Amino acid sequence: MTFSQQFAQQIIDGMAALTLLISFSLLAQHRMLSVLRWFAGQGLLLAATAAVVAYSTGETELYISAMMTFLLKGLLLPWMLWRVIRKLHVHREVEPLMNSGITMVIAVAVTLFSFHIIQPIEVTSELLTRNSMAIATACVLLSMLMMITRKKAITQVIGFLAVENSLFFAAIGATNGMPLVVEIGIAFDVLIAALIFGLFFFQIRNTFDSMEIDTMQSSLIQKDDDE
Amino acid sequence: MNFFIATLLTPLLGGMVLGVLRNPKLAAKLNILTSVTTFTFSILLALQVLGQASLATFNGWFYLDAYNVFLVSLTAFVGMTTTIFSKPYMQHELEIGRVNEKRLRLYHSMYQLFQLGMLLGFTTNNIGVLWVSLELATLATVLLVSLYRTPASIAAAWKYFILCGMGIALALFGTILVFFTSSTILGHGNEALTWSLLYAHAGQLDPAVMGIAFCFLMVGYGTKVGLVPMHAWLPDAHGEGPTPVSAVLSGLLLNLALYALVRFKMLVDGSTHTDMAGHMMMGFGLLSLLVAAMALHKQRDIKRMFSFSSIEHMALMTFAFGIGTPLAAFAALLHMTVHSLVKSGIFFTVGHAAQVMGTQKMAEIRGLISHHPGIGWGLLIGTAAIAGFPPFGVFMSEFLLFTATLESYPWLAVPLLLGLLIAMGGLFRFVQPMVYGDTAEHAKHVHVNMMPVYIHFGLALILGLSIPMFLSQWYHQAAALIVGGGA
Repeated sequence: MTFSQQFAQQIIDGMAALTLLISFSLLAQHRMLSVLRWFAGQGLLLAATAAVVAYSTGETELYISAMMTFLLKGLLLPWMLWRVIRKLHVHREVEPLMNSGITMVIAVAVTLFSFHIIQPIEVTSELLTRNSMAIATACVLLSMLMMITRKKAITQVIGFLAVENSLFFAAIGATNGMPLVVEIGIAFDVLIAALIFGLFFFQIRNTFDSMEIDTMQSSLIQKDDDE
Repeated sequence: MNFFIATLLTPLLGGMVLGVLRNPKLAAKLNILTSVTTFTFSILLALQVLGQASLATFNGWFYLDAYNVFLVSLTAFVGMTTTIFSKPYMQHELEIGRVNEKRLRLYHSMYQLFQLGMLLGFTTNNIGVLWVSLELATLATVLLVSLYRTPASIAAAWKYFILCGMGIALALFGTILVFFTSSTILGHGNEALTWSLLYAHAGQLDPAVMGIAFCFLMVGYGTKVGLVPMHAWLPDAHGEGPTPVSAVLSGLLLNLALYALVRFKMLVDGSTHTDMAGHMMMGFGLLSLLVAAMALHKQRDIKRMFSFSSIEHMALMTFAFGIGTPLAAFAALLHMTVHSLVKSGIFFTVGHAAQVMGTQKMAEIRGLISHHPGIGWGLLIGTAAIAGFPPFGVFMSEFLLFTATLESYPWLAVPLLLGLLIAMGGLFRFVQPMVYGDTAEHAKHVHVNMMPVYIHFGLALILGLSIPMFLSQWYHQAAALIVGGGA
């Protein structure tokens, strides 16, 4: 392993650690705007990671997907969410977190579990370490934990998009990125999903007068009870 | 002439035109025309493949073998009859004001987009594109589930979106793990995601990675199949969406997810050489069967009740594919076909029944036979068919599955039979009072078209009496393919 490769590997490991850190802070934030900021930060970090991997492997496809990530996940999606939040007048809202202490303990357990399940995998690629693979798994699971613990529609969606971000990280961290066709397809799906989510926010607001998940789900339960 | 392109382009073009077409009556007709054309092309495609064992086109981007080509025809067929059913149905919904013209346009456009996603998912040779197209079909149906814009339908669509989004994210993670190991053998490119090449090199894939990958794929695609405990979205999405959407969700979308799962199972089996994947599928299948059969008894909404029956039948197929003998795979494929036909036929009938009675609550639906014999008998016959009464095809496939279970895992025949009996009891407990007795006062007269229903039940009957030679050969080929690991 040459010096530059070793250096690239260290940078990628450092970025993996940062990504994990962001996943934890996304879990712990309770102000709407700070959640959004951390989410945007995650997108930018991803684009940077992809660029570093692209530089060290010399694959042109990865530059393109780094650029796409920068535009879509670093700029466009946070900006869209920011606009929606402004329009719905919820940007100052504070979301009370349920049992944040317990959530953190679960999060640590999830991270350890991820390192445990990755253990049997043999690593063959030069750039990849077992750590970045385990961290990618942990990030996916932590973002899902965020989706479960959140009670508001918007933060739940940010959790959903954070899962997508973690998956992208897994793809570049573990395999130097999926083929471009697939990458574009996934980005396209995420974009459509984000647009649909945007539509939904306004429908939910108009129908339920609230962005709480519980209010919404109770309409399904109520319907069942009426019958 | 290349029928691949034609089969995929027709729904795409149709969907685009339907998105801008303002006349609802014309749109309904164009919707039918698009689907009929798609079906015609898919039949021509199937005939083309029938002569050969498999067919790959466009530098191997698309791949058809015995396993997926019959699913393509089935999808196009049910897609076609659903549009025929949907014409008078949606017309009535427009008249009573549940949808307006703008949303009807969205409906037609998204319906074709959904078809495109389905057909692309079945024909693609790339596991990444399969994921993308399944997500595309899901996104299209999310908009369809919330079409009525009632509080319950928005809540149901949200639940569907979030739960399936989460499930499908896990499936993508599984796909990434597969790529992680396959890219070391097949190179860092699309080749490492190609079914036909993956099967050829299944033995070289790292068993440890493939094992972990399958766990994620099982939970991920299993969410979309509607397996317990990830099934929570399914009854809500089926209950609150328009009936044509319930029909295609049950009859088609669940099939695509199961198709993907089975394809991965074939791959994992070839790599790990253990029964791990099969046992997982059997476990999820049996659990789902029992839970769905019991949950069926607690329902009050007719569409929800039948959606639990869908979970039950998907569970049966998952279980059958899990057993992994040629007989079980044959039974599962046959069951997939008859379930798609019968269940979508039932949803057509249920949709008309709900319109006639003005409600989906089973307690308020009474005396369908005396009011509208077509709907009443349709519902009764459909229920008998789906519950597994001879001479319908479901009986045949369930009997084969039962035999296969007795051959391989005799003890599991007990819970299997128990689940089937509980579900059958639940179905008849609710359907009897709905079809017999005096007509409820609030019954209305609605223009209905029972033709698609009769066609579906008729085909299920034929499949139960005698499976046509070419079809049984097809199933045999596909079953051999599934058991043999794709090669």
